[in-house]
Amino acid sequence: MRHLIEPEDLTIDEINRLVEVGLDMYNNPKVYNKICDGKILASLFFEPSTRTKFSFDSAMMRLGGNVIGFADASTSSTSKGESLADTIKVMGAYADIIVMRHPKEGAPKLASQYSRLPIINGGDGGHQHPTQTLTDLITIKRFKETVNGHNVAFCGDLKYGRTVHSLIRTLARFGNTKFILISPDELKLPSALKRQLINQYGVELVEVTSMEDVIDDIDILYMTRIQKERFFNEEDYLKLKNSYKLTREKLKNAKPDMIVMHPLPRVNEIGYDVDDDKRAVYFEQAEMGVYVRMALISMMLEVGPYARS
Amino acid sequence: MLEVKGIENGIVIDHIQAGKGLKVFNRLFSATDNSVVLLMNVTSKQLGRKDIIKIENTFDVNMDILGIIDPNITVNIIKNNKLVEKLKAEIPKSLKGGLQCQNPRCITHTDDYAEPEFKLISANGKLEYECSYCEEITVYKL
Repeated sequence: MRHLIEPEDLTIDEINRLVEVGLDMYNNPKVYNKICDGKILASLFFEPSTRTKFSFDSAMMRLGGNVIGFADASTSSTSKGESLADTIKVMGAYADIIVMRHPKEGAPKLASQYSRLPIINGGDGGHQHPTQTLTDLITIKRFKETVNGHNVAFCGDLKYGRTVHSLIRTLARFGNTKFILISPDELKLPSALKRQLINQYGVELVEVTSMEDVIDDIDILYMTRIQKERFFNEEDYLKLKNSYKLTREKLKNAKPDMIVMHPLPRVNEIGYDVDDDKRAVYFEQAEMGVYVRMALISMMLEVGPYARS
Repeated sequence: MLEVKGIENGIVIDHIQAGKGLKVFNRLFSATDNSVVLLMNVTSKQLGRKDIIKIENTFDVNMDILGIIDPNITVNIIKNNKLVEKLKAEIPKSLKGGLQCQNPRCITHTDDYAEPEFKLISANGKLEYECSYCEEITVYKL
């Protein structure tokens, strides 16, 4: 039995196959709509989520399976003081696979130590969010044909943004050699991660504070929200929340085939006037998340294209 | 000169960097019911000054904790007035317990099932340990 706690739990070959299977599920959904018949996904969200929770629910339903769970820890026995390990042990009898989101970093790893079901990490604090990374990769593949060989820029909260941390490490594993990092000084990529990227993968990191200086050189612009819930004090949040805003005006200098991605939800970092630009693919990105999660559930339950012969 | 007699059964923690003896005592032996002698600023040929701790009727000591406080520490195990074993502390490559993860959002702070576990990342002047749960680096200055 295996778990998906961080992107490194998957090999590059496995990620490539998940992306291929996910794209096939997107193009031919009917082929797969019964492969999880009789299977149950436990969807344990100890922290609020819209996209991740509902895309997993949707993914399981589109595969013909069922979903149980909670969307708020206050409606579970956690509110009565039950430990995470006990909750996970109990769910072992009720479902076939678990997806969980938890505000505490490392919680999915702890859960995996006590689970008899496969665990998928649906996000743990500011730490890891591997299925967002898969969502990002399938989106890049759909719109740019290859995962490799693009000039990728990350913009906004690079310090607390777990989606950025997961994606940048995975893109480095795929052999991408250069990244542009656009952020205020207070929200720069953590130095431990920078050190890992440079020492382990030999990548070049270009750090700038102005989007305008580099926008004409970017193939993939990955925008992020300044996340209020990651700040301990409101003052720091208010100071930084309006740091970067992508507008139609700024896009004038961008390449015609650049794509703009965002893990969503956005607040004001991308103007609504950008939505109609063909380079804005963030809603398609959210859509692709369903299909790559369908592929992942199939892989972990060993059904459909992953059934053992 | 101050003289402290040897112990019949127990351990002698020697070669503690001067000033760190109290830290060793607080981390490892503050709750002991056994007799303890803490010697500070003792003259040493090797170190100039050193601290020493002697504890009676105790034979277990967490060498990992000693290793992160001061890797030069040695431990002599005494039984029936005889030195039966001499141990040398080392900087531990992995660590279970002993440190608190410095990330306030880490699960190890709130869940009793999650005992902090760390992997040594760097030992250049300061010890950097990566938490096995949240992967945050916790720094311990030597």
